[in-house]
Amino acid sequence: MVTRILPEIVATALVIFSRFITAARAIWLGAAPEARQRVYFANHTSNGDFVLVWAVLPHRLRQVTRPVAASDYWLKSPLRAFIGQQVFRAVLINRIPEERTEDPVTQMAQALDGGDSLILFPEGKRNTGEDLLLPFKSGLYHLARMRPEVDLVPVWIENLNRVMPKGEVIPIPLICTVTFGAALHLAGEESKEVFLGRASAALRALAATTDRPRT
Amino acid sequence: MTAGTPAADLALLLGGLLAFMLAATGIGLMLQARYSRDRSNAVVENLNDRIRSWWIMIVLMGIALIGGHAGATLLFAFCSFAALREVITLQDIRRSDHWAILAAFFAALPAQYYLIYTEWYGMYSILIPVYAFLLIPIIAVLRGDTEGFLMRVAGVQWALMICVYCISHVPALLSLDIPGYEGRNVMLIAFLIIVVQASDVAQYVWGKLLGRTKIAPNVSPSKTLEGLIGGALSAILIGAGLSWITPFAPWQAGALSFVIVMLGFLGGLVMSAIKRDRGVKDWGHLIAGHGGVTDRLDSVIFAAPIFFHLVRYGWSLS
Repeated sequence: MVTRILPEIVATALVIFSRFITAARAIWLGAAPEARQRVYFANHTSNGDFVLVWAVLPHRLRQVTRPVAASDYWLKSPLRAFIGQQVFRAVLINRIPEERTEDPVTQMAQALDGGDSLILFPEGKRNTGEDLLLPFKSGLYHLARMRPEVDLVPVWIENLNRVMPKGEVIPIPLICTVTFGAALHLAGEESKEVFLGRASAALRALAATTDRPRT
Repeated sequence: MTAGTPAADLALLLGGLLAFMLAATGIGLMLQARYSRDRSNAVVENLNDRIRSWWIMIVLMGIALIGGHAGATLLFAFCSFAALREVITLQDIRRSDHWAILAAFFAALPAQYYLIYTEWYGMYSILIPVYAFLLIPIIAVLRGDTEGFLMRVAGVQWALMICVYCISHVPALLSLDIPGYEGRNVMLIAFLIIVVQASDVAQYVWGKLLGRTKIAPNVSPSKTLEGLIGGALSAILIGAGLSWITPFAPWQAGALSFVIVMLGFLGGLVMSAIKRDRGVKDWGHLIAGHGGVTDRLDSVIFAAPIFFHLVRYGWSLS
């Protein structure tokens, strides 16, 4: 019992804490919060990105949505391993090709086959530069080819990089929004470059809809 | 001056508000049945959103007033937190402001409300205008980033004054020591909030009905002279009619209401100017139909410290 209740309590505490700091609000522009199987792909500027997306999803969707995360980060200490594996039920992938025993895209496809939705950060690492987005890694494309029927929903996370910039430990309270766009699918003969360009453009288009003036 | 025991008066007041809200809800549903069956009439739907949010605000307010000193202090501390979060969000923050903003949220804000709770007037009056005023730029300068320094520091200081210092003067009303009014201070909070919000609602209604002459077309195009006069007169009448819950004579309650209404109106203009400059319509989205906490409290923010000091000098012993 304890093994199932404790992660649920920790998850609820994390959601309440992230709401307290960010007053996070979902904006459903092109997709509705409905129980369809999805791969949410989002911009990545902060370690809290996944929790924020998770926090704005309705509870019933949150229970069937798993993040795709780096095993080198989430297996570093027992606490992180507990949060990553028990609380978030993350699909842990190894970022270093030489050390891999499993193919990351196959791992993600298996998670989809298990009925869950995924949250994926196609930039592969946190973006700390001036550009809106880093070039996408190819995982999103390969997953789209392997499971073409699954909705790929672009998700723009606004402001979280200012809440906790790299190197800071305590977050400052600022309002964040999470905008969900219209689902993409791989078009018949689309090449990797064209598809990833289209996915990246979909995220940039969502960024342009947020109302905070950029300086 | 007052009718019954403090508890009986509070019950009477909350009962009156309940009756008013039931009537407003009934009217809202009637309008919806008549003009917005398919939920498509934006004015009616917005009105009903506002009424729903009013229910939540009035219930919270009622719980805080029944909760007395601690309840009211906590409620307004949370309002300050939410407002500060909205106001800082709209500013151009740099990474080097991180510590200064942490100090504003997690040191200045709790300290101010702790001092309010312990009724240390000499300290809570100067904590933010003196100590935080000097410490915020000191904390900021230690990070060594000079770009836009004055603007950044002034932005945080201003946000603290508006969102924490001014709002904290609502629960500060509880610390006043008025002869013959012992145990009734929560009613001063009720008086202030009801007059401010009644004025906002009445200005909105009179403005929609008769509004012609724009007062500040560049700042807030929806504000009209007719709305202001109608709203002010309505709020002064309501304020004078509420003198039974206050230590004031009816004419004094009316005069204080006039001051509250004018400060609320002008404060609303000031806050609109900032929103316009930042290119947003509302401060936030926390309260459906109203916008953010700062949108709902902008009139209270400007009225609270002045009302507090007028009552303190005119009626209080300490």
